[in-house]
Amino acid sequence: MKKTYQLDTLTCPSCTMKLEGMLKKTEGVLEYEVFFNTSKIKLEYDENIVDSETIKNKIAKLGFEVLKEK
Amino acid sequence: MAKLNKKNRVIIASVLVAISFILKEIQGYAPVTIVFMLATTLVAGIPIFKNAFEALKYKIVGIDALVTIAVTGALFIGEYWEAAAVTFLFMLGDYLESRTIEKTRSSIKALLDLAPDTARVIRDGEEVLVDPEDVLEGEVVLVKPGEKISVDGMVVEGNAYINQAAITGESLPVNRAQDESVFSGTIVESGYLKVRADRVGDDTTFARILEMVEEAQDKKAKTQKFLEKFSRYYTPGIIVLATLLYLVTRDLVLSLTLLVIACPGALVISTPVSIVAGIGNGAKHGVLVKGGEIMEKLGKIKVLAFDKTGTLTLGKPMVTEVLPFGIEKNELLRIAAIAESYSEHPLGRAIINHAKDNIGKIEGNLEDAQIITGQGIKATIEGEEYFVGNRRLLVDNGYILDKYESILQDEEDKGQTAILIGLNMNVLGIIAIADIVREDAKNLIKNIKSLGIDKVVMLTGDNERAAKAISKELGIDEWYSELLPEDKVKAVISLQEKYGATAMVGDGVNDAPALASAELGIAIGGAGKDVAMETADVVLMSEEIKRLSHAIGLSRATVRNMKQNIYFAIGVAALLLIGVLVKTVNLSFGMLVHELSVLLVIINAVRLLGYGDKGLSRKKVMN
Repeated sequence: MKKTYQLDTLTCPSCTMKLEGMLKKTEGVLEYEVFFNTSKIKLEYDENIVDSETIKNKIAKLGFEVLKEK
Repeated sequence: MAKLNKKNRVIIASVLVAISFILKEIQGYAPVTIVFMLATTLVAGIPIFKNAFEALKYKIVGIDALVTIAVTGALFIGEYWEAAAVTFLFMLGDYLESRTIEKTRSSIKALLDLAPDTARVIRDGEEVLVDPEDVLEGEVVLVKPGEKISVDGMVVEGNAYINQAAITGESLPVNRAQDESVFSGTIVESGYLKVRADRVGDDTTFARILEMVEEAQDKKAKTQKFLEKFSRYYTPGIIVLATLLYLVTRDLVLSLTLLVIACPGALVISTPVSIVAGIGNGAKHGVLVKGGEIMEKLGKIKVLAFDKTGTLTLGKPMVTEVLPFGIEKNELLRIAAIAESYSEHPLGRAIINHAKDNIGKIEGNLEDAQIITGQGIKATIEGEEYFVGNRRLLVDNGYILDKYESILQDEEDKGQTAILIGLNMNVLGIIAIADIVREDAKNLIKNIKSLGIDKVVMLTGDNERAAKAISKELGIDEWYSELLPEDKVKAVISLQEKYGATAMVGDGVNDAPALASAELGIAIGGAGKDVAMETADVVLMSEEIKRLSHAIGLSRATVRNMKQNIYFAIGVAALLLIGVLVKTVNLSFGMLVHELSVLLVIINAVRLLGYGDKGLSRKKVMN
């Protein structure tokens, strides 16, 4: 399953590091890329292991809002 | 606690911090003052503390962590005001930064707004409004004045003036009629069109440009990669340093202040904001720079090597002169055009087009014709046998050209190809044909030299004389002629060895290998040419080669902007460090300066968005 999340504006590059660290440790996330300048996350996950809601919750816990998903 | 949005949190914290400050001035550290200060710290600080802990879970020590430690420490030693001020300033700074950073990204937003939102499709003879994504390939879309074209395709009916700024950056409308192609995202200013959809949705040129610009903005510059790596170790390093400082001096306030002022905020953001603004500016002007690293490279280019045909010239030969000898000029053109109607040669096309432009419909039939490869045509028209071709054709058939030698020599020295028309051993006339140099090429060469490009070189498959003629006309420093595509690759490599960083500029069609082997490949006229758009590092969307000087100027301005930001950030950090060590900078003041420096860095980058606008408007006034 492939998804793109549009987040609210990322202001510091360390934000991307946090998100990357989280995605790296989230089971079921196969591939991910965090785009600082466009404030987007593109990722691919195995829907048998993890679902979009769980990932979005984890993103929210780090203090970022998911504005749109595609 | 009810969830507060960012803006409300900023407002509440502002009120609390103001009350705290007034109370502090009136009553000093009374219990009520402390309550307000703690409230401020909580409202402003909770998101910071939460982020710091969440990040720690993933083993990342960020700026949040530095602030959290500093604030906890300040509360611990009873510096309530400092704690309140530091959290408030950090939160306010973050909020303002996100608002300003949005600005650097605004040109992309402007592009997004240009995306078509509805399409008027003709289905079963009726107009239906649908989402542009739902148009099927091959369907016919109707576009009325003021509307956006929603697909890439071919005009099947109508005639219109179209504003193609979204694709090419060119604001002057262009005319499009039947059998010409149009792009999605462009606007019909007057007239109407029926367009057969060839590409829809994500496949359109517009959608692909958008995607490339977005990706480009996130391709990191080398400097940026370095800074990120640096900050990954830097932040934990500062914590260690602050601890050591405390152990040595036993001065907790000093150590905490060090934590705050050492936040690398301005430094890590210095490069990405400049790059985003630079790439955004380019996109607005029809210049696609594919990423930060490319922007840095473009800013350091020393040599520009141009392909000739289709790049410096229009790429299609045109008649430049018609010299009749004892025959009507139009009659000469008519004969030549009838003869050439048998050939597929581009030079032949040039003659036919010129004849049509001058005499309209060409009357008369070709009765017999024979192509002599590499020479021309032997054609029978109205019972007479004409020879239409180059010098060799006529000489081989017994013509004596001594009388015309000086004219022929002259034309060839100017880089023109001369076509002779002969009948019964008489030369009826000479038609000179040349690939015309682009109008804006000469100015471009002058401009890029003034921007600091050391050498301008031309590479061409054409003959030496033509190469020399054009180089002299345009002010090109060096030229290499009669090159095959693989020779161009070699030429580019040797230029790089001889003079340093070289960019190859071409139309991306027959010079793709040279574009790929150069340090930097720049393709012109990228809109509609998929391969060129994918492979080149820098793409000029339109055919206007003068935009290259904007691209080069912009890249230099971006690199300069980036450097200003980096030096400024380091400078401020150094001053703050000195200030802390001599104890003139306290916690909240340190935070204030730090946040201000981040804001200034972003604002400096925002300036880049306006690059080139002033110059353009001045030129318009002059015209």
